[in-house]
Amino acid sequence: MIKGKAFVLGKNIDTDQIIPAAHLVYSLEDPEERKFYGRYALSGVPEKQSGLPKGGIPLVEPDKFESEFTIVVGGPNFGCGSSREHAPAALQIAGIKAIVSPGYARIFYRNSVDGGFVIPFESVEDLSTQIHTGDELEIDQEKLELRNLTQNVTYEIKDLGSVADIINAGGIFEYARQQGMVA
Amino acid sequence: MTLTEKILANHSGNTSVKPGDNVWVDVDVLMTHDVCGPPAIGIFQKQFGENARVWDPEKMVIIPDHYIFTKDKYANRNVDILRGFAADQDLPYYFDVGTDRYKGVCHIALPEEGFTRPGEVLFGTDSHTCTAGAFGQFATGIGNTDAAFIMGTGKLWVKVPETMRFIFDGDHLPPYLMAKDIILQIIGDIGVDGATYRTMEFAGPGIKAMNIEDRMTLTNMVIEAGGKNGIVEPDEITEEYVRKRTDKPFTSLYSDPDAKYHSVRRYNLEEMVPMVAKPHSPDNKATAEELEGTELTRAYIGSCTGGKLTDFIAAAEIIKGNSLKIDTYIVPATTEIARGLETEKVNGKTLLEVFEEAGCKIGRASCAACLGGPEDTFGRLNSDEICISSTNRNYPGRMGSKQAQVYLASPYTVAASAVTGKITDPRVFIQETII
Ligand code: SF4
Repeated sequence: MIKGKAFVLGKNIDTDQIIPAAHLVYSLEDPEERKFYGRYALSGVPEKQSGLPKGGIPLVEPDKFESEFTIVVGGPNFGCGSSREHAPAALQIAGIKAIVSPGYARIFYRNSVDGGFVIPFESVEDLSTQIHTGDELEIDQEKLELRNLTQNVTYEIKDLGSVADIINAGGIFEYARQQGMVA
Repeated sequence: MTLTEKILANHSGNTSVKPGDNVWVDVDVLMTHDVCGPPAIGIFQKQFGENARVWDPEKMVIIPDHYIFTKDKYANRNVDILRGFAADQDLPYYFDVGTDRYKGVCHIALPEEGFTRPGEVLFGTDSHTCTAGAFGQFATGIGNTDAAFIMGTGKLWVKVPETMRFIFDGDHLPPYLMAKDIILQIIGDIGVDGATYRTMEFAGPGIKAMNIEDRMTLTNMVIEAGGKNGIVEPDEITEEYVRKRTDKPFTSLYSDPDAKYHSVRRYNLEEMVPMVAKPHSPDNKATAEELEGTELTRAYIGSCTGGKLTDFIAAAEIIKGNSLKIDTYIVPATTEIARGLETEKVNGKTLLEVFEEAGCKIGRASCAACLGGPEDTFGRLNSDEICISSTNRNYPGRMGSKQAQVYLASPYTVAASAVTGKITDPRVFIQETII
């Protein structure tokens, strides 16, 4: 079960909006530098479209490194654009556990899964127009449900399918170890 | 099977595969660059051990190109990490900054150095790795974790994609039309997620009318429609290009006549017109004619999709003898292309002379402002510029500031617009000068 506050975005959120290219220079290994990915996660989203429906809400407050939000709700084609793995990593570093969108760009999806950063859930409908930033959500992987506790509505989410094994293992390396492919 | 299915079948030890199958494929080439290389190396060392060796140094290519000419200390450190790793691992194909080996943009450097071979599998830590599909190769972008996995094992899992087929009728490109117009039209038609998880295969008689650089412009931008890979069947144009650049043997593969496609679309080249993608999405299409008169403050010609030699020849055909109304930036993708600017001539003048006489600002081979980059990046849009660009993405902030607006267009359209300072259909110039 994943619980927490929703942060809502529109459609075609590309990786330059998730983590602007100017910030890709920090080391992901160095614990101090790594934090900056959290600080700048989703900082490329135009102000009006950040934290819908109201807008003008940053994922991470300007002087902070972590977000008060836990679940990103996006419109279709989430994560399009560049192949930078820094994008799902930045969301994870900011404290995001899961994303819910009706569809993902494939490299972003793959990176989220293989790197074990965030869980990319597919919703049946586009929920970005129904859920509000700040709503309390609960994702139930067993029942394939997303419950909006604030609005008291329940939505269906799709089964993770063939990537579930990699997600449950925690990433491609853990999965390959379980399968005996990698020592 | 389609061409893509055949390549994935024979790299996974299967006689046949079908869309939706998950297969582990053997990798022929892994490419990485200065933005994604260092984190991929970090993961590789963490997972396989500090002293782990790359699975096959002959198959790993490292091409720094993104943040090259900057004072940013972190960006420079990233190149140092690549340099150190290439030395430790004795990698023969590292194209270091500041040496004669320096190349520039990876997707153009790969073919120039002979790494885009028909029938092979190429992965790269960059979404535009799909460019190499122009050579009949299966090529797609991956993240750092997947790259680290390949570095240790030489393998990666792939879901076999369905193939969308785009057939071009017509035996020539009209003199005002470039491959960029064709791909912008297609992306506008199917949308930025119109090919998600799928292959875009380009075929038909029109393909024969396109040179290898035109084909690269098409496959480069399949990612802008969400495509996994783009692919063109190899022919004598492909083989001639590849044979000049490598001695390594390769096997050209072709789609079977009875291959199954997700969908088939046809375009008649002779009926197509110059296209533009308006801010802030590559599928926000309009014809150049519809946007005539839109005010601009900057023009930019460069990147892996719009900074090839033929792109600059096209631009020079329009710019020659004209003065320019707006700041115009020229960035050759690679050092080989930069040398071409000094030797290739239009009306007796080198391309470089044409651009310099018109007052263009000329940058050094690299990605430069195509993806914004550090503040001091050449040509970066630092405020509310309105730029027409031959690059491939115009999402908010892609070329720098979120306040900027970017129109994507062919080098012809960008050059025509640079001359007038407003969006201009290149037919205005081309009727006069070429026909
Ligand atoms: S030129 Fe632009 S699109 Fe091409 S690799 Fe560089 S940043 Fe990416």
